[in-house]
Amino acid sequence: MTIAQFVILGTALFSIGLYGVITRRNAVLVLASVEVMLAAVNINLVAFDVYLADQLYAGQIFTLFIIAVAAAEVGIGLAIILMIFRNRHDADVDELDLMRY
Amino acid sequence: MHVSFEQWLTEVANYVFLALAIPTLVGAWMVVTSTNIVRAVLYLVVTLAGSAALFIMLGAEFVGWTVVLVYIGAVIILFLIGIMITRAPLGSHEELSHPATVKIPAALLSIVLFTVVAWAVADAFGGLIIPPDVGATRTGQLAEVIFQRFVIPFEVVSLVLLSALVGGIALARKDDPEEPA
Repeated sequence: MTIAQFVILGTALFSIGLYGVITRRNAVLVLASVEVMLAAVNINLVAFDVYLADQLYAGQIFTLFIIAVAAAEVGIGLAIILMIFRNRHDADVDELDLMRY
Repeated sequence: MHVSFEQWLTEVANYVFLALAIPTLVGAWMVVTSTNIVRAVLYLVVTLAGSAALFIMLGAEFVGWTVVLVYIGAVIILFLIGIMITRAPLGSHEELSHPATVKIPAALLSIVLFTVVAWAVADAFGGLIIPPDVGATRTGQLAEVIFQRFVIPFEVVSLVLLSALVGGIALARKDDPEEPA
């Protein structure tokens, strides 16, 4: 196993997630695309942690932190989407131009 | 320690890697393109399960099972509840994505990003092999580092989760005008 195969897989996942964040209109699916990008970052961190045989396991521990923060992010993100839906009866990110100059 | 492509093809672990990486990528692609919102979220399970399997393959077993428990167990359920609550159109719908005027520049941007980063990675790390004798990371070793070296970040993360919990309830709660604040 080479390190490059894992990092290139992570790059491909990140690019797919970026495509999803730009093209998706439904706010829940934008969040799902962000999760794909986070999975790409996690693969990157764990692969380098194993490659470097880090004594502090920093890559794996930061992956655990990312998982915890991502869970918090999804909870808050869905609460905000719920509030937007309650006020505007729509979860389409295109309609959210209230703060646009 | 460098390895050529012919040597790469002789290693059995690389076929396991391909068998895990291809479903991961296909699942990710379906997450961003599926016209059915529930299916898009369920394809996220495939992607996350693939990444968890890759973690276990790399010996990061605790991280792999944490992905299964937290992401596949909890986050997917949150997503499905979010879909049901926002009354997203169930069934096939084209309006979930932007039209081709946005898709084509987005695809170009993604392809350029992938090409540049993959080229840089292949240039910098191409052929460097992961030491094959690394065993599984024991959860006890991980715990020793978390609760000694990384104990302050660990406490901060627990505060982040607590404030997210309180914030989520405060945001989603219906304001009752009768009740004094």
